Amino acid sequence: MYQKRIVVCLDVKDGRTTKGVRFLENKDIGDPVAMAEAYYHEGADEIVFYDITASAENRQLILPIVEETARRIFIPFCVGGGIGSLEEMRRVILAGAEKVSLNSQAVRNPQLITQGARAFGSQCVVLGMDAQRDPAMPSGYRVYINGGRLPTDWDAVAWAAEAVRLGAGEVVVNSIDADGTQAGYELALTRQISQCVSVPVVASGGGGTPDHLYTVLTEGLADAALIASMVHFGHYSLRGIKEELLERGLEIRRTWD
Amino acid sequence: MIGIVDYGAGNLTSVVRAFQYLGASPLVSDQPRDLEEAERLVFPGVGHALAAMENLHRLGWSDFLRRFAETGRPLLGICLGSQILLERSEEGPTECLGLVRGVVRAFPSDLGLKIPQIGWNTVDFLPHPVFDGLDPRWSYYFVHGYYTEVTVPSQRLGSTQYGITFTSALGRDNIVAVQFHPEKSGKAGLRLLKQFLDWRP
Repeated sequence: MYQKRIVVCLDVKDGRTTKGVRFLENKDIGDPVAMAEAYYHEGADEIVFYDITASAENRQLILPIVEETARRIFIPFCVGGGIGSLEEMRRVILAGAEKVSLNSQAVRNPQLITQGARAFGSQCVVLGMDAQRDPAMPSGYRVYINGGRLPTDWDAVAWAAEAVRLGAGEVVVNSIDADGTQAGYELALTRQISQCVSVPVVASGGGGTPDHLYTVLTEGLADAALIASMVHFGHYSLRGIKEELLERGLEIRRTWD
Repeated sequence: MIGIVDYGAGNLTSVVRAFQYLGASPLVSDQPRDLEEAERLVFPGVGHALAAMENLHRLGWSDFLRRFAETGRPLLGICLGSQILLERSEEGPTECLGLVRGVVRAFPSDLGLKIPQIGWNTVDFLPHPVFDGLDPRWSYYFVHGYYTEVTVPSQRLGSTQYGITFTSALGRDNIVAVQFHPEKSGKAGLRLLKQFLDWRP
């Protein structure tokens, strides 16, 4: 049976894994390659490296990380953050990433989605979206860019639909309100987007307990849930999370006997 | 030497890395003559069937693959590579290699499911040396909007449910092929690839 995915997100800054709360207060938590490998062995269904490096120079540091990860883990992994050209997409894909996530750059230059889908296939092109509650928008959520700092004119649901029309093969929906809080995913946001697009939707931001994952994968209609803090700080193990979701009747990938 | 066919259908990095991880030294080439001496051949690919067939003809791979299959050396098709082994595909539509009897069909759009299927799913394998010991509860990574339908029932080697039950593994004699990506399917996929390396049909 088709299964819901658990995606582990590693925020990378200047070549190291970091973790912030509501996009602030980042702290160094380890080597991205070693962490990706450990999560692969623990049963992650997918890994995302999200590069939040500020300087263009240090952003080159992600490539050797991608290359080394591709030698050690054999599940799909995605790279996002600061990718703004077809050539940058090609570099991370040839280094071994299965998918590239486009975020702010896709808002600035939507044709990048179409170019990427034509060159590598839609399955390689993920739309990453940061959204924040805003009662002025039709869906109740507004899209932000530049790491959640700059509001756009896009409604979250409308932008997801447009990105899929342009060729995105998957949508990662990150709630700025919930990010890093471990207080639960933004269900109304993921549900609305999942209902309106024909591609998988990954819920991001707010995962703190297995119950949060269960809720977003059922009521929230998400196809996958992205987690970070709840495993990075040792509160839960991937296997423990998966066993609980299996017990509650979800189809989940087993990686143990 | 294990040869990997490069006909411009997608990124081969992860297939190469997986075989390297297993201790093999695969040779990737877009020139059929480079792989004449291959002891076994991997035929991967993602993308559109019609475009892929055009590339295969243009680069001389169609004849090479037919000749290679005749020699009895092991051949592994992956994803689009598995579909193209059949006689024809609705994606185009296009005639395909015809190394295994059967057709490639589009998933019906009324399944209430997201098409293409992207994600993890299980496979019920029939006994075969390449699939030996794979626990039916393990999962494999799929990315596809079309599925294979074999004509000869004994050539269906595995099936998967996604709205419908479709053939996710197939083969005959020295040919074996899977719809999913073993190179991205964790330890289960690596075990399958290892068993392909050890397979003596």
